[in-house]
Amino acid sequence: MRRLRKHFSRKYLREEVLPTPFCPGCFNGVVMNVMFKAFEELGVERLKGYVFVSGIGCSSWIPSPHIKADTIHTLHGRAVAVATGVKLAKPNLNVIVIGGDGDLAAIGFNHLVHAARRNMDLLVILVNNLVYGMTRGQASPTTPEGMRTVTTPYGAYEPVMDVAELIARTNANYVARWCVANFNQLKNSIKEALSKHSKGFRFIEVIAPCITYVVRYEGKTPGQKIKELMKVCRPNTETPYGRIGILKAEDKPGYLDRYFEYVKRATEGDKGE
Amino acid sequence: MSACSVEVDRNLCKGCGICVSVCPKNALELSPNIGPSGYRYPVLKGECIGCKTCTLYCPDFAITVVCDEGGGQG
Repeated sequence: MRRLRKHFSRKYLREEVLPTPFCPGCFNGVVMNVMFKAFEELGVERLKGYVFVSGIGCSSWIPSPHIKADTIHTLHGRAVAVATGVKLAKPNLNVIVIGGDGDLAAIGFNHLVHAARRNMDLLVILVNNLVYGMTRGQASPTTPEGMRTVTTPYGAYEPVMDVAELIARTNANYVARWCVANFNQLKNSIKEALSKHSKGFRFIEVIAPCITYVVRYEGKTPGQKIKELMKVCRPNTETPYGRIGILKAEDKPGYLDRYFEYVKRATEGDKGE
Repeated sequence: MSACSVEVDRNLCKGCGICVSVCPKNALELSPNIGPSGYRYPVLKGECIGCKTCTLYCPDFAITVVCDEGGGQG
């Protein structure tokens, strides 16, 4: 028997760690496919010069053992802080942070907001699975009101935190929110964030409901849920997950530009005196 | 037209059925047989038009579309 053709993503993956540890049908795998398709279309064959930083959580497993690039798996919530350090130490590297809603929006939200305020030159991909999936599906800050989880069996009653809109209010350069079913739009957003808007803070939120603790509780299969998301998530419309689409796209100077300008001013000032 | 077919890496497939549901031609179905990792893998039942949607949405990098005339991998 001849050898099987390989999936296009597998040239970016450490194949010895496959299969992935995700549940059957987990949308984290689709997010990986989107990202690798974006890299493929940008002409990136080997991920040299890219650093992937993640914290703790299901979606933080996307880069850490899998992607064939430099990866850092750091403390819970501190992925953005570590990525800031990486970018300042090695400004020529492309630093990408991948984390979940529990990691970036709950415990590490202050790091996220302050990196956005500084317009730090990072690409942050928030894979929002709507619950704390790794600890068995408790309600998280991004759980939509009324959604049934293990800790809110009569529906979530806390008001929801709209992370993408909050980041769009800060100094960030590029903010977008897509569902995992918006494959092409999400891919184009990642491509724009890596090529056209390559300076400053780029934030992409991906709505990827947890297969085990959201979709199964709704009595649906992964296939049914992705078909439903394809219908619900129309670009530039209000959905139960907030407004879908590109929320902000600007070209302000990033933190590093300002920082090096400041260093230049300081050193030239020293010479003058 | 039906020069395309799918190949499934049965060691990676977890039988989630996303490929079956996103196929625009409804050309896939889950096999009654069980693969080496204990899940039912997809097989082709209808005509594959080579759109590769299943490849894009497969979360376990298992399914590929192979077409006869050039550029089969995707």
